[in-house]
Order: sequence, then structure tokens, then C-alpha cells
Amino acid sequence: MDNLSSLSYFVPELFLSAAILIIIIVDLLLKEERKIWTGFLSAAALIISTFLIFQQYRLSASEIFHGMLVVDSMAVLIKLIIAVSTTVIILFSLPFIKTKSEYYMLLLITTLGMFLMAGVNDILMIILAMELVGLMSYVLAGFTKRNLLSNEGSLKYILYAATSTGVMAFGFSYLYGMTGQTNLFKIQQALLANPPQQAAFFIVMILILAGLGYKIAMVPFHFWLPDVYEGAPTPITAFLSVGPKAAGIAVLIRFFTTVVSHSAPGAALSFLQNLQVHIPMLLAVLAVLTMTLGNVVALRQTNIKRLMAYSSIAHAGYMIMAMVVFNAQGYQAILFYLIVYLFMNFGAFWVIIIMTQKLGSEEIDAFKGLGYRAPYTAVSMAIFLFSLTGLPPLAGFIGKFYLFSAVVKADWYVLALLGVLNSVISLYYYANIVREMFLRTTETQVDIPVSLYDKVLLTLMLVPTVLFGIYWNPVLRLTEISFNILR
Amino acid sequence: MNSIIPYLIVGAIVFVLGIFTIVYKKNAVGILMGIELVLNSVNINFIAFAKFVDTGIHGQIISIFVIILAAAEAAIALAIILNIYRMKATVDVTQLNKMKH
Repeated sequence: MDNLSSLSYFVPELFLSAAILIIIIVDLLLKEERKIWTGFLSAAALIISTFLIFQQYRLSASEIFHGMLVVDSMAVLIKLIIAVSTTVIILFSLPFIKTKSEYYMLLLITTLGMFLMAGVNDILMIILAMELVGLMSYVLAGFTKRNLLSNEGSLKYILYAATSTGVMAFGFSYLYGMTGQTNLFKIQQALLANPPQQAAFFIVMILILAGLGYKIAMVPFHFWLPDVYEGAPTPITAFLSVGPKAAGIAVLIRFFTTVVSHSAPGAALSFLQNLQVHIPMLLAVLAVLTMTLGNVVALRQTNIKRLMAYSSIAHAGYMIMAMVVFNAQGYQAILFYLIVYLFMNFGAFWVIIIMTQKLGSEEIDAFKGLGYRAPYTAVSMAIFLFSLTGLPPLAGFIGKFYLFSAVVKADWYVLALLGVLNSVISLYYYANIVREMFLRTTETQVDIPVSLYDKVLLTLMLVPTVLFGIYWNPVLRLTEISFNILR
Repeated sequence: MNSIIPYLIVGAIVFVLGIFTIVYKKNAVGILMGIELVLNSVNINFIAFAKFVDTGIHGQIISIFVIILAAAEAAIALAIILNIYRMKATVDVTQLNKMKH
């Protein structure tokens, strides 16, 4: 499709770009004490773009801008998840960041980058979109300029991220050399027509996985994550744990459905190259390593943000596990899990944000006796943590159920077993926080006041976490209409 | 030269040198230079392939974008490094270990 007629497929992104420019101008006109209005404007812009994204379900799946991007229903769903997650993060940040409007602009630009990541279809767009998200995230991670931890996390983030992006781009350069194409569909056709040398293709795949794996924190490339999560301002930690991860998963799925496998009629999975190394087996090993490392290291964490960092590595592992099956059911389970993960993870992070602020400490010990000092918050936290573990009847259970059933149906019994064992390990450290909150008491039982705004946001996260555990059909329908991947 | 091989060898050597710089340097600015080397090796590869494999100029366009990305990345990284230097008076990454557990 040519550039001019592509524009009607590009409405949410265009709207968001215009909104960013308008907010920058509005910021110049506002006085210091009114800067918070840029936050309200950003939230409004995101809500409008959510509606615009919903409209895109009516469009037929197609390539736009001469094949640079695609608009298909998977891209639309990922964009929805991203828009909702950024809206929630802006609501989380409003009470704390009142005078710095750059913060909201950076969040919006990151969101724009993630929208592009959801629909990438060209080597150039993959590199550009990932860098747009990355560059803004480094600044956001180091946003508290006077805090050394924040800066340290930010420096580690940019050094790791730039290296992985460089390695990934190097892999892409060889992929381009093998095929002479940059469009992913054309690369697929070229690879089918002229199969390249096996070893070279394998090396290319590993190099590219280094870049994509860093984005979703797959195990050999996860080193940056704990430090960044601990150092960054807590709302940004929450932001990094859902939005960029969803976008990274989208790019990973696109890469695997075009360059690595192809949809042959009749066969469940067929690969472009019959490599000596079985690709699903490679992914399965990486998935098991990712979740085991995340869960085991989380066991001995005392800082709650660092614990959530390792827990987010473990959850990335569960999602990679479903990617192993290479069929629509697996991808659908991943999309379902992303939706559920958004609510339960943000809920847990919101409790951490308000409580670390009030208690003045990020240690798990500080949560001691919270069940008696702020009952509603503590009970909600317990529900979020049990949902993250995957206990019924909460949303996390349903999400994990679909992930595991996709894996079991494709006869990966050992992988599913290891996944379940990992969930059991994760119960220990999540339950430890609950134990601190309810079974331990402090000498001074002073009530912690929680404002109405905090409670409303908490309930907004709590309702889907409980509801999707009992009545999840609408979400399932949404993922069913959304796994149409253009390939 | 009418062969692609010399270009690819140079590209690979620059890439490996970049990775070694990233791994062995302790100075944050040094690591940043390693990253620049890696990105430049990417550019060499893309341009070589654009000349010898592709019928169009896709590779050359990508390399222009990669140059811009490298500049943007360096700008942000140097800003962060400068900020850390103001607080700690060092840019040695081994000294930045407040969060190791």
C-alpha cells in the first residue's frame, strides 16, 4: 500500500504524535504549579487513542507504508494493551510528579514507539522502533537525577541495551546479506527459494535473539533488569514490566512467524530451515532457564522492587514457554496472559508505590503488620500476589492454565511439568510477603491513612484480577479474534 | 575490489574488537566507544551487502539510520555518565555496585 492511502490505517499513531506536539506547546504556556495539566492531557490523549485503536478491528489486515508496518488484529490487541498500560501508569504518577511535564511527554513518546513495535514488518522498522522505546526508557529510568541508584540503573540499562541492539543489528545485516531483502515477508520467500547455509542461518538467529531477548529479559540477556528495576522510580519500574515487554513479545512472535517458521497448509509447524538444532527445543531450554533463574533468585531478595524484577523475569519465562509450540493456540495463550498480567502486576506495583512512599523503605521487612495497619491495601496485595502465583480462582490461574494447556496439547509434558514446579517455587516468595503483612506485628499499630484516590485505583486493578478468574470469556473472545497474524 | 569477502572480514574484525572493548573496558566512555565500533561494523556490512547482493539501496538507507541512532544513543549515554560523574567523581563501572546482592 502506498504512503498516502496508508495514512487511514495509521490514525492512532498520528493522533498520538499530534498530541505529543500539542502537549509540548501547552507545557510552555503553563505556570509551574499548573504543569500537572500536561499529565491530565496525556491521559486524555491515550484514552482517545485507545478508542481509535478499537476502530482498527474493522480494518482488513494489510501491509502499510510499502511494507514497513503491518496492521493486523494481533498488532491491534498489543497496541490496546500498551495504551491501557501507559494510561494506568500516568494515573499512578499523577500524585507524585506534579511539576515535571517532561515525564509525561517521555511516557507518550515511548508509547508511540511501542505502537510501532507492535506492527513492525521490516528490519529497519524493528531497529528504529526498538531504539525509540529504548532511548526514552533510559531517560525515564534515570529520571530522578539526584538519586545515584537511579543513575546507576540507567547507565547499566543503556550500556546493556545498546550492546544488544548492536549485536541484533549485526545479525540483521547478515540476514539481509543472505536474502537481499529487508521486508520480513520477502525475506521469508527468499529463504524458501534459496535455502542459506545452515550454520550461518543459526548464527544469525542467535545474534537476533540476543537483541529481542534483552527486550523481554530472556535469561542470558537479563542482567540489566534487576538493577534497572531497583534503581528506577517505582512507577517507571511498573511501566517497564508490562508495556515494553508486550511490545517485545509482539516483535518476537513476528520474527518467529516470518523468518523462522512459515504457515504450510496442513502442517502444524514447519520451519524454513531444518536446522541440526531443533528450534523449539532451544526455546524450551531458554524458557526453563528464564523462569527457574527468576524464581530461584527471587527467593533470597529482601528489596521488594528487586523481588518484583526477578518475578517479572520468571513471568517472561512462562510466556516464552508457550511460544515453543509454534501454533495459534500458543500465541493466543500469550496474548491472554499479557492482559491478565497487566492488571495483577500493576495492582501489586500500585501497593508497592503507595506503601514504600508511606513507610519510607523498600525492604520487605517494612511491610510487617501491614494487614492491621492498612487492611484494604494489604488484602488487595495478597490477592495480587496469589494471582501472580497462579492460584485459583484468580485471573493468574486462568492465564497460566491456557499457557500450560497449549504446551501440553503439543505434547511438551516435561516442559509443562517444569513450569508447574516453578509456579510452586514462586508461591514461597509471594506468600512470604503475605506472611509479613498478616502474621507479623509491629509494636506500634498506627493506622496508615490511604487516600480515596489510591483506593479507587486499587479497586480498578482489583476488579479485573478477581473477575477474569471467574468470568474470562470476553477476554478469551478478544484474544481469539486477535491472533490473526499476517504472514 | 570486486569481491565482497574483504568487506565482510573487515566488518567482522571491527565487530569482534567492539565486543572485546565492551567486555574489557572499565571506563564507561570506553564501553561507549566499543558500542560505536559494533554499530559501525553493522554499517560496513549493510553497505557491502547493498552493493553486492541487493538490487536496490535498502542497506545504505538502513546504515544512514544506524548512524543517527548511534549519535542519539551516545548523546543520552554521555548525559547519564556526566550526571554520575557529578555525584561520584568517577566513571569506572566497577565502582557502580551499590545494587549487587
